[in-house]
Amino acid sequence: MRIDCPNCGERDRREFYYQGDAVVLNRPSEDAGAQAWDDYLHNRANPAGETRDLWFHEGGCRAWLVVERNTMTHAVHAATLAEKVKR
Amino acid sequence: MGYSGFRVIKEGLFGQKGWKPVWRDPEPKPEYDAVIIGGGGHGLSTAYYLAKEHGMTNIAVLEKGYIGGGNVGRNTTIVRANYFLPGNSEFYSHSLKLWETMEQDLNYNVMHSQRGLINLFHSDGQRDAFARRGNAMINQGDDAVLLDREGVREYLPYLDFDNVRFPIYGGLLHPRGGTARHDAVAWGYARGADQRGVDIIQNCEVTGIDIEGGKVKGVQTTRGVIRAKKVGIVVAGRSGQVAAMAGMRLPIESHVLQAFVTEGLKPVIDHVVSFGMGHFYISQSDKGGLVFGGDIDFYSSYAARGNLPMKEHVMDAAMTLMPMIGKAKVLRSWGGIMDMTPDGSPIIDKTDTEGLFIDCGWCYGGFKAVPGSGFSFAHLMATGNHHEPAAKFRLDRFRTGVGLMDEEGTGSQHNLH
Ligand SMILES: Cc1cc2nc3c(=O)[nH]c(=O)nc-3n(C[C@H](O)[C@H](O)[C@H](O)COP(=O)(O)OP(=O)(O)OC[C@H]3O[C@@H](n4cnc5c(N)ncnc54)[C@H](O)[C@@H]3O)c2cc1C
Ligand SMILES: [Zn+2]
Repeated sequence: MRIDCPNCGERDRREFYYQGDAVVLNRPSEDAGAQAWDDYLHNRANPAGETRDLWFHEGGCRAWLVVERNTMTHAVHAATLAEKVKR
Repeated sequence: MGYSGFRVIKEGLFGQKGWKPVWRDPEPKPEYDAVIIGGGGHGLSTAYYLAKEHGMTNIAVLEKGYIGGGNVGRNTTIVRANYFLPGNSEFYSHSLKLWETMEQDLNYNVMHSQRGLINLFHSDGQRDAFARRGNAMINQGDDAVLLDREGVREYLPYLDFDNVRFPIYGGLLHPRGGTARHDAVAWGYARGADQRGVDIIQNCEVTGIDIEGGKVKGVQTTRGVIRAKKVGIVVAGRSGQVAAMAGMRLPIESHVLQAFVTEGLKPVIDHVVSFGMGHFYISQSDKGGLVFGGDIDFYSSYAARGNLPMKEHVMDAAMTLMPMIGKAKVLRSWGGIMDMTPDGSPIIDKTDTEGLFIDCGWCYGGFKAVPGSGFSFAHLMATGNHHEPAAKFRLDRFRTGVGLMDEEGTGSQHNLH
């Protein structure tokens, strides 16, 4: 598995740390309530197919990336800087 | 027909022609009192105990593939009760007791072998943690022996004790821990359930769950509509997808776990051994293959096959711990889809839909749980009450934060357990 980092180009999966579903970018406000925090921390769509998740280019530029990937085939389609996705 | 030593000899003399299929292949009926979605170890044991303990025999197990094709036939077969958090501790203790009577109960040889499990430690801090775990196991009524370095050497002389980076300080021995033949466990429960009237329906994928007015009415399947008053979801790595059919979003992420087996060798590893540094564990099957594995691949996956980095890590750890393994040749590797929860502990609970129950979140440790989970889930489905040893496996613990069971203390991230 290789990920095409926008800063560094295509790199081996070993250089990256996996965080989980990109839902973790949408941190709820402090007073959003128990359900919103439960959804943020625990509950997942967990798709069998296309997914968006968050990876850290630990062994490279150290940027956080949103990676579009297929969980059935392990094919990686795109990687975007998380700071661009957030805005 | 029952199995016995006499029968094995008799069949041997007459060309093995007397063996018959041990469960029927029925057409699904239009309606049952209960259906179980998923014919893995947990689904089959649930059906068996529903019939045996609660007299519910008008029930069916719906399996999208074949019996034994899921994780129940892919795991590395370790059976143990060395958990220490309340909730997990009593559950696995109960499950291990069921293992110890399973073969007589099912009249089926599952090759359960209590050969002893040794978890190694490599620092003073790890020794303290294992001493604490051992005490919790003894308090629970199970067995644990803290071995020092020389104690471990008597059992496992072939390890690299003086490894410069990870010297062996000792190990925690769990004498009643061991292994079993995984397929036989699935087949034994399938046969036992079938003998009590349960319909085991293979090649029958559930594609929808029918709910009316907050009550479950039945399921849609590739073999037609099946009505049922009660439905249990027991689909391991596919839990998220099946629960979504009932509008639920689960605290589960599916991940791939790999395992490996070498060519058959003469007996060399007599116990189950786990390395305390880097994830690696090993045992030897009765056929002689060294069966070993490590951690999940760490990214969510439904592919049932893994990538090279984890393979390399497992081989590195193996060579560090027991250099002799370098002489063995790996025959095969494979993967299974694990239902990972944010605290690493399972869920056996009701849902917001009346009559709909769920049993999931076994992460990579659900083989040893097969009898205990089936027993407790059957109790919940039949009586509507939680069974005491599994009463803490609540779905709402994630929302409330009360009763989380993070056995390894790694935090709220699905892939870290
Ligand atoms: C490599 C590996 C090593 C492991 N090692 C160990 C170990 O040493 N010790 C241990 O305790 N545990 C171990 N485990 C974990 C253990 O195997 C699992 O936790 C356990 O088997 C899961 O429960 P199950 O047997 O019911 O799952 P499965 O056998 O996966 O059963 C689920 C079934 O549901 C079916 N299904 C899914 N969707 C549908 C649908 N829509 N309709 C109908 N049927 C459906 C599937 O086809 C499948 O047969 C390991 C797992 C793996 C992959
Ligand atoms: Zn980079």
